[in-house]
Amino acid sequence: MKYKSVFDIIGPVMVGPSSSHTAGAVRIGLVARKLFGRKPTWARISFYGSFAETYRGHGTDVAIVAGLLGFDTFDERLPNALEIAREEAVDVSFSAEEAIPHHPNTARLRIGDDEGELELVGISIGGGKIEIVELNGFALKLSGHHPALLIMHNDRYGTIGAVASVLAKQKINIGHMEVSRKEKGKEALMAIEVDQPLTDDLIGELEQLPNIIQVAKLVD
Amino acid sequence: MFRNVAELVALAEKDNIKIAEVMIRQEVEVSGRSREEIIAQMDRHLAVMERAVEKGLRGVVSRSGLTGGDAVRMQRYIAGGRFLSGETILDAVSKAMATNEVNAAMGVICATPTAGAAGVVPGTLFAVKEKLRPTRMEMIEFLFTAGAFGYIVANNASISGAAGGCQAEVGSAAGMAAAALVELAGGTPSQAAEAMAIALKNMLGLVCDPVAGLVEVPCVKRNAMGAANAMIAADMALAGIKSRIPCDEVIEAMYRIGAAMPVALKETAQGGLAATPTGRAIAARIFGASAASK
Repeated sequence: MKYKSVFDIIGPVMVGPSSSHTAGAVRIGLVARKLFGRKPTWARISFYGSFAETYRGHGTDVAIVAGLLGFDTFDERLPNALEIAREEAVDVSFSAEEAIPHHPNTARLRIGDDEGELELVGISIGGGKIEIVELNGFALKLSGHHPALLIMHNDRYGTIGAVASVLAKQKINIGHMEVSRKEKGKEALMAIEVDQPLTDDLIGELEQLPNIIQVAKLVD
Repeated sequence: MFRNVAELVALAEKDNIKIAEVMIRQEVEVSGRSREEIIAQMDRHLAVMERAVEKGLRGVVSRSGLTGGDAVRMQRYIAGGRFLSGETILDAVSKAMATNEVNAAMGVICATPTAGAAGVVPGTLFAVKEKLRPTRMEMIEFLFTAGAFGYIVANNASISGAAGGCQAEVGSAAGMAAAALVELAGGTPSQAAEAMAIALKNMLGLVCDPVAGLVEVPCVKRNAMGAANAMIAADMALAGIKSRIPCDEVIEAMYRIGAAMPVALKETAQGGLAATPTGRAIAARIFGASAASK
């Protein structure tokens, strides 16, 4: 069953006009914000496919910036996100790309500040659901049909085991897991799909583990 | 667990409970959350729908300027008293448009089952509120009943315009609303299923051809007609009229029609109304000439 909850049908509560082009875009921005861990001072956003053609009309640009500011899909400040970004001195720019993407609703986000930067590619697959297909150069293959965790961490022994133990303690079963790293001992990424819902308490517990840099959840 | 309409109706009849109750019990089981928590969340979603209708009835305009103000226009017409059809049905039409106008204007709505089709379910609910005087819990149950039918469509066919055309969005919403109206009016579970079948049958083949790709034209008016369709289908089912084709087979037909539908008519803004001279001119005005030529 693709849809599990009645709230997939009577929901989500969101700022319009489009679950895929607005709510999904907010969620892509929010994942980037959560993984970056703080408000960026600049953002370069590239749109592909249908996003490139209709982003102004659907407010996809506004929606992604809202996500970067930490607003959720139902936040009434969402329509004013571009003005709020300007007031908060976040420099944002957009470009519509000609390249044909694998999925029609694709956005590439590069965000950063003086301390660092992050790059991710997100796609909006319908009904507000999203997938992150690339993060800091790591390719991801998540189905998007299950709750998922993205965990940036230091490449140290025991880190994967510690994360798995926390999940096991909460009786959360892992359906799919990918681990990748740039270089031995440097920054690495765990992408984990699970069968049970992920609570904020669980995210908090994972963030407390040693060698964890950032934790973000995809799909509620 | 129910997988189709036949199983849903059977579960309700076996325990002599409402379809809403079947959906609540399943949600408790699947989510692991408490009954109170689930009902409280639906109550919040209901409050969002109420606020969206109120906002739309005060008058809104979208970013593009293509939509807004028709919900108010219709209320004024109803108040004039010289309408041809009926007050409740026109109120449903107005409140469905109110919701979609708010959606187009980047207001807060509850997707039912999608943002583009968000007007039909609340439009019909708030229109019959005057006549049926439901309790708050009965209004919450209305949404669970609508959700139960939508859940079946979403899993067995589609609720996405890109995958199945407008029949999958406004068509599904009309079916969901028709079934929920029947239950709220005191009809049986099988009458609710008949209403869903009748409403959806009359939306089969409806394409998704939004002008400039925006959720505005013709989406707002399709929600208006989806609400009207749901009201009539509910009345037909309550009158004892049955669909010769069972509800599950209508859903299956909708799925197959959606699969056969050309891509140009599935939310790509390349065919239908989007490809008319006026549709293209609007797209050119909003996005520039390059987007309109695609």
